[in-house]
Amino acid sequence: MIMHPGVLALFTGSLLTSAMILYAGWYGVRILRNWDLSSGSELQLALEKRTYLISTLLTYALGFELISLFLFVFTADRLHLLFSGAMCAAGTLNANGFGYPLLILKLVNFLLAGIWLIVNHADNQGYDYPLIRFKYLLLVPLVPWSLLEFSYLFAYFSGLHADVITSCCGSLFSLERPGIAGDLASLPVEPMRLAFFGTLAATLVSGLYSWRSGKGCYPFAVLSLATLLVSLASLVSFICLYIYQLPSHHCPFCILQGEYHYLGYPIYATLLGGALAGMGTGFLHPWRRRGSLSRAIPRLQRRLAATSVLLFAVFLAIASYQMIFSPFRLGR
Amino acid sequence: MNRSLQRHLNILDFALSSLWRRKGKNLALLAVYTLIIFIIASIVFFTQALKREADLVLQDAPDLVVQRMVAGRHDPIPVSYGTGIAAIRGVSEVTPRFWGYYYDPVTGANFTLVASDDQELKPEAISIGSGVARTSRISIGDFLPLKDIKGSPVLFSVQKIFPSSSELVAADLIQLRQEDFQRLFDFPAGRATDLAVSAGNPAELETIAAKIVHDFPDTRPILKSEMIRTYDSVFDWRSGMVLVVLAVAVLSFIIFAWDKATGLSAEEKKEIGILKSIGWETTDVLLLKSWEGIVISLSAFLFGVSLGYLHVFFFSASLFEHALKGWSVLYPEFKLTPVIDPYLICLLFLLSVGPYVAATVVPSWLAATVDPDAAMRS
Repeated sequence: MIMHPGVLALFTGSLLTSAMILYAGWYGVRILRNWDLSSGSELQLALEKRTYLISTLLTYALGFELISLFLFVFTADRLHLLFSGAMCAAGTLNANGFGYPLLILKLVNFLLAGIWLIVNHADNQGYDYPLIRFKYLLLVPLVPWSLLEFSYLFAYFSGLHADVITSCCGSLFSLERPGIAGDLASLPVEPMRLAFFGTLAATLVSGLYSWRSGKGCYPFAVLSLATLLVSLASLVSFICLYIYQLPSHHCPFCILQGEYHYLGYPIYATLLGGALAGMGTGFLHPWRRRGSLSRAIPRLQRRLAATSVLLFAVFLAIASYQMIFSPFRLGR
Repeated sequence: MNRSLQRHLNILDFALSSLWRRKGKNLALLAVYTLIIFIIASIVFFTQALKREADLVLQDAPDLVVQRMVAGRHDPIPVSYGTGIAAIRGVSEVTPRFWGYYYDPVTGANFTLVASDDQELKPEAISIGSGVARTSRISIGDFLPLKDIKGSPVLFSVQKIFPSSSELVAADLIQLRQEDFQRLFDFPAGRATDLAVSAGNPAELETIAAKIVHDFPDTRPILKSEMIRTYDSVFDWRSGMVLVVLAVAVLSFIIFAWDKATGLSAEEKKEIGILKSIGWETTDVLLLKSWEGIVISLSAFLFGVSLGYLHVFFFSASLFEHALKGWSVLYPEFKLTPVIDPYLICLLFLLSVGPYVAATVVPSWLAATVDPDAAMRS
């Protein structure tokens, strides 16, 4: 294992959060099975008390999960110096077979954790634990995912050896390379550009509609997820080319480096934040008429929709600025 | 929005006054916490600064060094190899280098002797680093006796002392003319210690290195990037080891914090009982407890990090420089250049505040969920 402070922080953090999530999951199952608000039994009272602990624990654990995605990518970027052949995080992640699956796990956990936190926030607004079952049902997929993430993290970092020769982003994200990275890089530019602006425009319009009227939250949530996926593919396919001003460099990680003014961080933060807030509106939608939350949820949904629209707009502004003001032009 | 902000402000206000009411206990906690963060911060800052210095030193190193290996050991390389290497496409310059080490029995120090092509250097004259001047107590115009290979002393007059700003690179350095170097060590003619190779395009260095090994199988090329990487991993490894050892200290601090947070006095219990009976909810008490934790950990973090910064950059990390820097008779004295890396500050925050938060969640929940009547009766 490489004894880098970043690796230690990620490892300790992941160990603590998985322990917390596992503990919370154990009580989550008990709550799902035995929760009965009308009962005054000893078990019910104990569970009611326990929910405070669990939601505090999960707030910390999932809060860390949100930060740790960025910390992980940043650490991977820092570590690239240690591997011959690596020029950015792409090479570090490729240093063994666990790197890219771990990144995907972290991405999924980021979304799950964010949605859980949104639902939890809504639940805390009501006095009678209105979303408690839904909240703990959502927790169920988080437990195995976070345990899996921890084991992958452990396997990845313990399998990192500085003498490994890895591939640089230039060869991973090249047009000829078989596999998903190469496929993403070789996506045709014109249809991709159409899809990118199309989904973003649809999402922004639908978000504005949800914000104004409080309706249409399901389509907006689906569109937000679609925007996230299409934008990630578009970043590899053509947006990055404008930032690097190189027709052959498709790497989605080099934009995180100082040479490109750390532009990747605002790009990914706005994109992920926008998608999360947008998906949150959809997850809250079924409960908008629930007794004690009938005022709180619509208010929260509109706030989330506004946040999402704002973040997507900033993302769109950054991406279009690069495309319009870059001296680089893509030929047909 | 405004109302919830107001709620937080009020609870923060209450948290501050309740912390102040128990200043003895909380100041003790703060002191231990600050100490832990101070130690971790010092290590992280120190390693970072050393890495930077190593980077700066290696910036002037040649792109590629070629050594000759005989029976797995480094051996003087024939200068004629240089012509063959210079013929490889992409190589812009090949310079033979002459250098070696000299053990000085008087001071017990090792000097690094380097042949220089500096035209101003007179025969039998040397330029020395300030570390050499300090250990041998000599200055410009004095003589430094060096024993040649037969054991008879040769007197060299000190012509120049390198400024102390170059101390990290030049502390143990002695520069002399090439013929003096060859005479002193009876160095075989037509051989050099190694060859420094530079390339027009640094991206071609790896291919050049591969070609050199192919053409001259008895040589070993060493890339500058490899050296930088080795230094980086060595420093990371050293600081990582110290951090792992420190994990015991962090663990005992966590137990200490847990103990402090669990051991509610009767008075505190009563206080929470009264708060709950006058209408505070469990979430409010939890919020109060977490604000208390935030105040303590943020102050400890700020104090610890500032103290660590002062310790490393103004007092040269006097507490544990030996563990991280290494040791020798003639050691360069240098002040580290202050660098602040936001990434490291974030890491420090996670490494120090994270465990504390994790340790105090359960105790604060226990405190927040006491039944008001039970608390007031106890």
